[in-house]
Amino acid sequence: MTVTGTSSDPLDLSAGVLVAGGGPAAAWAEYKAAQAGADVVLADKGYCGTSGATASAGTGVWYVPPRPAERERAMASREALGGHLADRHWMARVLDQTYEGMGELADAGRYPFPPDGEGGQVRRGVQGPEYMRRMRILLRRAGVRILDHSPVVELLTDEDGAVAGVAGYQRQRDRPYRVRAGAVVLATGGCAFLSRALGCDVNTGDGALMAAEAGAELSGMEFSNAYAIAPEFSSVTKTAYYSFATFYREDGTVLEGAGSQKGRSVIARTLLTEKVYCRIDRAGPDVQRAMRLGQPNFFLPFDRMGVDPFTRLFPVTLLLEGTVRGTGGIRVADDECATSVPGLYVAGDAATRELVCGGFTGGGSHNAAWAISSGTWAGRGAARFSAALAPSASRRPLIPAGGAGLRPTGRPAARDGYREVVAAVQAEVHPYEKNYLRHGDRLGPALANLHATWDRVRSSLYGTGAGAVHARQAAAMTAHARWMYTAALARQESRGMHKREDLPGSDESWRRRLLVEGLDEIRVRPDPVAPVGPQEYADHLRAAS
Amino acid sequence: MIEVVSGERCVGCDRCVQVCPTNVFDSGPGGVPVIARRHDCQTCFMCEAYCPVDALFVAPSPQPVEAGSPLRDEAHLVASGLLGAYRREIGWGRGRTPGALLAVGPDLPGPSGPASGSSRPAASGSPSRPVSEKEHR
Repeated sequence: MTVTGTSSDPLDLSAGVLVAGGGPAAAWAEYKAAQAGADVVLADKGYCGTSGATASAGTGVWYVPPRPAERERAMASREALGGHLADRHWMARVLDQTYEGMGELADAGRYPFPPDGEGGQVRRGVQGPEYMRRMRILLRRAGVRILDHSPVVELLTDEDGAVAGVAGYQRQRDRPYRVRAGAVVLATGGCAFLSRALGCDVNTGDGALMAAEAGAELSGMEFSNAYAIAPEFSSVTKTAYYSFATFYREDGTVLEGAGSQKGRSVIARTLLTEKVYCRIDRAGPDVQRAMRLGQPNFFLPFDRMGVDPFTRLFPVTLLLEGTVRGTGGIRVADDECATSVPGLYVAGDAATRELVCGGFTGGGSHNAAWAISSGTWAGRGAARFSAALAPSASRRPLIPAGGAGLRPTGRPAARDGYREVVAAVQAEVHPYEKNYLRHGDRLGPALANLHATWDRVRSSLYGTGAGAVHARQAAAMTAHARWMYTAALARQESRGMHKREDLPGSDESWRRRLLVEGLDEIRVRPDPVAPVGPQEYADHLRAAS
Repeated sequence: MIEVVSGERCVGCDRCVQVCPTNVFDSGPGGVPVIARRHDCQTCFMCEAYCPVDALFVAPSPQPVEAGSPLRDEAHLVASGLLGAYRREIGWGRGRTPGALLAVGPDLPGPSGPASGSSRPAASGSPSRPVSEKEHR
């Protein structure tokens, strides 16, 4: 049985590669799979071009010219912040692939990068709407099929457990669809728990749920407590320019220790008891002018509320960005961004980004580079996998892999049961004192509540048609939160963004990435693959030469 | 959150219905789209960017503004220049220069940052290592 319950005839398609998602990683995966000769279908929850965190927010890109000293500096810059969990082998190839990809975006994509005054272009960032508009044009020229407003609801597997397609729902046509595929790329983004962080409400962790149902592992789920600064009256979570800000208490005195890059936790702690105000008062006129050109959307809330952020105090809040700006996600099993499940590939924020930034945020530049690179590799890998399948694969049985929200084990709850689930999950993951300012005494009870919510989800959450999409989002968020706190309790130390108030130090024996797997029962273990720091990488290069 | 769909300006192209990533609009009976699922609006401003005639306005608050707010008043939005402002700033529309072509932001102060919290002068613009624009988004 696939998703049922609507009156329209289902859409039934077949493809070499199916890409789930509509942001940059999905677009690069689709583009590269098509270039590799695959017949490609992209299915996105929203509209490929506006969907996801990048399109509305824009981003820096980890773009470093291939000059050894610059590359070395780039790789070293976040290693300590990331708790030395990254992998130099991956960093080096991401820098290479991103450099190449940005060149393609400029040439084939005709992206209008600013001139650098020396005959070249400044390619260190992209404006979101322009970037994704250009990517969509590239896809159209490559002849791929795009299904907008068509969230994937579950994976389909063959009798051996290999992924063989997807089932979903076309919400603007009110009909289910099914795509038989040789391979599937999950590029559905991270999970921000419907916090209203800019562009992130489509990012509800759907891919991680589907991957786990098929048997894939996740990695780095403890690095899931990224929070972004936003004016209290807005959704605009663009934080770079707060480097020029001063933060204040309600009584007008400076909030000591508060800052954007370091000291965000001071803001969180203060927000527990009083409002925090901000003023961008360390930017001179030239800097102010450059800011407007650099990130026009940063100013949208201020201009519309009639607030001059350079001269007036405005209240700020912190919005959860979860694993969108955190680094946890589906474990990457090889250089082609395969998962441990045959036929299933992963790209962008749906995948762990620990390989390039360890346990520190991948926000902005690193995630953008990862989206280009992992999308490229996953697209090519999926195309290769699909092409190597025997002709009989086109007659494989398609077995639905979805559980929670689609096939309850008990009596189905009311149609809007997802609302209560979403609220219950948000109550455990949004509060700063639980997720940001972590302590075992608070994580434990929060996880117990989430397990209880999961039990309800599994036994009774149910939806069909558009309701199936809501139910699956709620189920995905519940699973995500449980993996997060399971890993956060398992990591008995502080490392990267995962800071435990009860365990403030780092312990060298914990310099391992943590894997979680399972849904009803969750298991945690250290990744047998060790991080590759500068020393290990140098040793490896010496041994290879 | 989406506040205004101008029936006067709308040309009925349904572009907003197509591009809204959270599927807020439905096609309307007279060609003017209706806000069918307002509480799904994530306040991302993308519909404004794509509207070819500046018929849409998104207020910055993720909650609806109060009934008498000027941010619901089309005449005020036109007079203040707010209607169509985002599209103008990213340079979308005939005869405009793409904003992307000009998007070079300031170098950010170094990552060591102003942890002291004392009142400091504006950044000198000469950090030891220029931090790329938007590095931390």
